Amino acid sequence: MFSTVKERVGEVLLPGDEFSFEAEENISLTAPVKSEKVVCGPGLRRCGGRLVVCKSGVLRHKEPNVFWIDSQQRRYVPAKGESIIGIVTAKSGDIFKVDFGGSEQASLSYLAFEGATKRNRPNVQMGDLVFAQFLIANKDMEPELVCIDSSGRANGMGVFGTGGLLFRVSLGLVRRLLAPQSNIRSDLEQLFPCELVVGMNGRIWVKSASVQQTLIIANLLQSAETMTAQQRQQLFRKVQQGAF
Amino acid sequence: MTPSACDKPAFSTMEVCGSLTVSLREFGCEQSLLSRPDGSASFVQGDTSVMAGVYGPAEVKVSKEIYDRATLEVLVQPKVGLPSVRERSQEQCVRETCEASLLLTLHPRSSLTLILQVLHDDGSLLSCSLNAACMALMDAGLPMSCLFCGVTCAISTDGQIITDPTAAQEKESRALMTFAIDSAKRSVLMSSTKGSFSVHELQQCIAVSQKASEKIFQFYRDSVKRRYSKSL
Repeated sequence: MFSTVKERVGEVLLPGDEFSFEAEENISLTAPVKSEKVVCGPGLRRCGGRLVVCKSGVLRHKEPNVFWIDSQQRRYVPAKGESIIGIVTAKSGDIFKVDFGGSEQASLSYLAFEGATKRNRPNVQMGDLVFAQFLIANKDMEPELVCIDSSGRANGMGVFGTGGLLFRVSLGLVRRLLAPQSNIRSDLEQLFPCELVVGMNGRIWVKSASVQQTLIIANLLQSAETMTAQQRQQLFRKVQQGAF
Repeated sequence: MTPSACDKPAFSTMEVCGSLTVSLREFGCEQSLLSRPDGSASFVQGDTSVMAGVYGPAEVKVSKEIYDRATLEVLVQPKVGLPSVRERSQEQCVRETCEASLLLTLHPRSSLTLILQVLHDDGSLLSCSLNAACMALMDAGLPMSCLFCGVTCAISTDGQIITDPTAAQEKESRALMTFAIDSAKRSVLMSSTKGSFSVHELQQCIAVSQKASEKIFQFYRDSVKRRYSKSL
């Protein structure tokens, strides 16, 4: 089955397409059994003995045996370990309710900040932006966020955002920005110096030297969603030449 | 395609002419045309045109939430006037089809909203709505177990079966049937019929619809391929 899946890498697949185990013609009794393992990522589901595609998109592969469907989506579904930008909407007792654009609000305990104790509460108000990661995120439970990593350090997370602009983009653009060798990021670095916080829930916060530059960067990122690499580089060059 | 004799007793095995050509009107679609919904699509069949928008998985009111599945709500807006009983029955048909093919258990206690706006009605409205709904659900990235499409058949007064009829052909027909066909096994997910017809004619229409659905599914595949073909 690994070979049938591998030969369709790079193809566009639709929900309902399936891969099934191929029956071997001769099963050898003496040779050792090779166990094949196929790791399914987002967009692929196991249905009995078959692998079924449940989202439309391009099939991608990462060595040695990870497969997933790369699809374009706008709505975020929480997953454990992902860092997102949330907006604090309510303070009830010991927890903050944070809106991250999903189907329900996540809870963020006041003790989940670096250096927070019962006496030393963090300074978080309603309407603040927080950069946090999911501790619990599955379909059955209320999602829970934390602003510290497993060793208790903030690691860049927490409340941020005095000034600047928060805007929404598609999830595909965010993944492209956060990829290790990102072309968009390197093109953006050559423009103006700016501070950028990217949340995996499709929210980006940007702050630059002046309001105009901030707006230019926000507009560029929103329009870079549907442009090819060439068009994007042309546009960035145009902006650089006419830069304020 | 004309049946050989209308008064033959219905057989358990269906005989369909091998050289059956099903004629559908020209269709076209566009995905992601609206900026606010999470997924949107517009489907055009001849002159009939329907636009669909999908929101979800989003917050749901506690009174409407289901503990283990997503709550699917369908709204059909007619071109002129307020939604009436006819739109309610169309909503019911579309909702049953979507619930059969969406994986609702992956998003419990959330809501999925599908809004269909009729832009122009020139016959086969329900099947055009089903096609637009399927493309919008795919565009929104909602997990589905299979795709579905809608096909309308009309039986004229002299017994001929017409697929994808126009409004004029629908008015002159003695029976009108819409089937929702799924992509995995080509089985019928939903059927909505009007008028009088025999069992034999019903079976023939189902066979004709299953044949027509292949063209529509190939069209879905081509449009999605074109969408992802841009190398970003």
